[in-house]
Amino acid sequence: MPKDHGIGASSKRREDIRFLTGQGVYTDDMNIAGQAHAVMVRSNVAHGRIVKVDTSAAAAMPGVLVVFTGEDFAAVGGNPAGWLINSRDGTPMREPKRPVLAHGKVRHVGDAYAAVVADTYQQARDAAQVIADNSEIEELPAIVNMVDAVANPGNRVHDEIPDNLCFDWGWIEDNRAKVDDAIKSAPHVTTLELVNNRLIPNAIEPRASIGEYFPGTQDYKLTTTSQNPHLTRLLVAAFVLGIPENKLQVVAPDVGGGFGSKIYHYGEEALVLAAAKKLHRPVRWTAERSESFLSDAHGRDHVTKIELACDLEGNFIAFRTETLANVGAYLSNFATVTPTFLHGTLMAGPYTVPNVYVNVKTVFTNTAPVDAYRGAGRPEATYSLERVVDIMCRELGLDPFEVRRKNFLTPDMFPYTTPVGLVYDTGNYQATLDKVMEMADVAGFEKRRAASAAAGKLRGMGLSTWIEACGIAPSHLVGILGARVGLFDAATVRVNATGNLSVMVGAHSHGQGHETVFAQIVADKLGIPESSVEIVHGDTAKIPFGMGSYGSRSLAVCGVAMVKAVDKIIAKGKKIAAHMLEAAEGDITFEGGKFSVAGTDKAKTFGEIAFSAYVPHNYPLETLEPGLEETAFYDPANFTYPAGAYLCEVEVDEGTGKVDVVAFHCADDFGNIMNPMIVEGQVHGGVGQGIGQALCEFTTYDENGQLLTGSYMDYAMPRADDLPFYNVDYSCQTPCTHNPLGVKGCGEAGAIGSPPAVINAVIDALQRGGHSHVMHIDMPVSPSRVWSAING
Amino acid sequence: MTKVSMTVNGRAVSAETEGRTLLSAYLRDGLRLTGTHVGCDTSQCGACVVHLDGKPVKSCTVFAQDVAGADVHTIEGMANADGSLGVIQQAFQDHHGLQCGFCTPGMVMSAAALLAENPKPSEHEVRHYLDGNICRCTGYHNIVKAVMAASGQDVSALAAE
Repeated sequence: MPKDHGIGASSKRREDIRFLTGQGVYTDDMNIAGQAHAVMVRSNVAHGRIVKVDTSAAAAMPGVLVVFTGEDFAAVGGNPAGWLINSRDGTPMREPKRPVLAHGKVRHVGDAYAAVVADTYQQARDAAQVIADNSEIEELPAIVNMVDAVANPGNRVHDEIPDNLCFDWGWIEDNRAKVDDAIKSAPHVTTLELVNNRLIPNAIEPRASIGEYFPGTQDYKLTTTSQNPHLTRLLVAAFVLGIPENKLQVVAPDVGGGFGSKIYHYGEEALVLAAAKKLHRPVRWTAERSESFLSDAHGRDHVTKIELACDLEGNFIAFRTETLANVGAYLSNFATVTPTFLHGTLMAGPYTVPNVYVNVKTVFTNTAPVDAYRGAGRPEATYSLERVVDIMCRELGLDPFEVRRKNFLTPDMFPYTTPVGLVYDTGNYQATLDKVMEMADVAGFEKRRAASAAAGKLRGMGLSTWIEACGIAPSHLVGILGARVGLFDAATVRVNATGNLSVMVGAHSHGQGHETVFAQIVADKLGIPESSVEIVHGDTAKIPFGMGSYGSRSLAVCGVAMVKAVDKIIAKGKKIAAHMLEAAEGDITFEGGKFSVAGTDKAKTFGEIAFSAYVPHNYPLETLEPGLEETAFYDPANFTYPAGAYLCEVEVDEGTGKVDVVAFHCADDFGNIMNPMIVEGQVHGGVGQGIGQALCEFTTYDENGQLLTGSYMDYAMPRADDLPFYNVDYSCQTPCTHNPLGVKGCGEAGAIGSPPAVINAVIDALQRGGHSHVMHIDMPVSPSRVWSAING
Repeated sequence: MTKVSMTVNGRAVSAETEGRTLLSAYLRDGLRLTGTHVGCDTSQCGACVVHLDGKPVKSCTVFAQDVAGADVHTIEGMANADGSLGVIQQAFQDHHGLQCGFCTPGMVMSAAALLAENPKPSEHEVRHYLDGNICRCTGYHNIVKAVMAASGQDVSALAAE
């Protein structure tokens, strides 16, 4: 019988009521008295020297209140990279200044070099066009292609960086020679060159920000589309504008999807604050979708060569990866960690492989900044590994299921230190593989293939067995690796005098459903109804300092902080109960919402204890503070390691090259499950994005650095009729060993595991259809690419 | 500026507009009905779908002045008279057909238009009809399920083939 409340129940989401009735409050829904409107003036060339920005005509236009250019922000700080990565030779990475508004040069189409604020949005828009018309930008040759960027050191995105390289990173450098030797002497080496296609995250809510300034107190308030309000506050206050941190409140209200793109601080946030201070009026800015395409942080964009060395039975000996990773024109906040520590450390996969080495060169180009997008580095690692394993199996005539199975770590090997520096705490990869094979009826494939063939379609089956590192991250470890921040999280549990709870959390929900799931957990632990628990998030004035939501960390880090705070509440409640019941503290038990004296019927309800804490008439005031409110910070001891097996079946139309995903099966190990309905939804969404990457999404710049995929008419988002129903299972559970909830995180899994399963299935279909020359097609496998591969 | 009047969710309303004011802006800024969202500007994402004289339209592509006097329905008018969720809204909650909620108003309005035309749509018909509504969170699985459930069909066994 499924649970109907608390941990493990599919409680319906309370936040849905406001979203389904149009009562959600997203940033652009707010209407603040006296608000003015900002519009950015963006470069229409990819690379250029700013010769002149004449704002005089715009400043005189009706309604225009103030105009800004790069000059106005020349004296303030830049938007920093969150991680400092050293090159293989020990030299520090190059970190060019990322200004609020471009100054001197523009470096990508969409790079904002001026802004105008007016009484109405339309007035600001009209004036922005006049500024653009009165500006002169000397166009320079655009650096778009990563290979060219490195090969032509004379042409520089940043004048002070001669080879357009941010860093040349090796992981682990000490492994390099050993890996080279292992590959040299291996009986078989499979080499694959691939492109992990550049994506645009495309949260459906465009970015938006409102700046306010209160002259009486000199306080600032920023309402913004953020996944992590405290991190944004830290960046704006300490690095960019120099506002005292305690004079800036950052609010991230209802946020319409993030997928990574709303982790980062963007210049518009600083702009609206500066404008609000200047005007003593609220100033708002909302991106048009075309601005989102041009200026949101993009994702992926790796060019990779991977080599897999093995014996002739398919036992892995070594993996060696060389990657060029595009960081775009400026370093977005997580741009340097995504292709390195979120990618290279996962290059052992779920396998026993003694030798692994990864080299990543990050390259500046005249394109939008590239940063973490759902999965962030781990999809790139998984795609490289799972593709090269499949090709090796084909080359050696081996079964892809059995090769994976025999190279898996076995359950008795945990904890296991990989050759790329992670310690996997637990897992059972055989179990998820068995499960997915059962779900997919692998034995019945031939029958399905024959049915597809009878309908004129080639059918193929593709497997991917994946692992990721989530619950980001142990602060001491990330500090050693170059992080400029800690990655703990925090929660405050406030029991109110009437017995209900306000729980303030550092995680931020922008679709994940924390308001429901976190309340389930607290209610379960305290034996009270879920409806008695309110989850408060997204406002630095209300919540403790937490690091927000990304990297599947909300539950595994912030959720654990919350449980620890609840434990403190129970511990204090026992002290209060002991006093009220005239018993020893050690004799008090807490169960089902009641504090009892063990072995007696003497008890106090949770509500009675709460009331006593706030009306402490009969209370041990000499030894115990009144009130019932506890905060806990939690810094994880390790990453968590969700893993799973995905199996995809496709049909390919040989005549047109069109691929249809006809079945998709997921067997995941997320450890313990708090709300199955929400976990399934997270997997669906991730798989949808992964299939989108595999089949249709591709960000294309032309040779001049113009974005050719700058609207939904050009960038192929997956639609309802591009995707199938998904078959999702999470019954294989090896609970995380180092957090008290035993949870691992499920937000990114779908996007990590699915792209290689799709591509493996497409190649399988073509191979079975007799197109034996087709060993690889780069994503997205659009009809034209598949048709060309078949006929090439 | 011109005053434009129409009926929205059964109520006579009016607001000042410029010639270029879109219906979406009229609803959001003029009437403060912010449930209708703007997710693109090119009639592609469908977050702004409302019913105009009984037909679903993308309100970001309609000038307010062109539809003076029209009968408009938005997400704010979809709940039952007692404030409880309507059948489609309830199905979206029951089947987890939304995550961030931003595309949801348009999804619900499109779904309502579909079910008015086709009371028992097949999976294929639902997917085809919702082609003009983009969701980035759900992978559409639970949206399709919710719409079919709202039509009274048993969706308990729906998964991959």
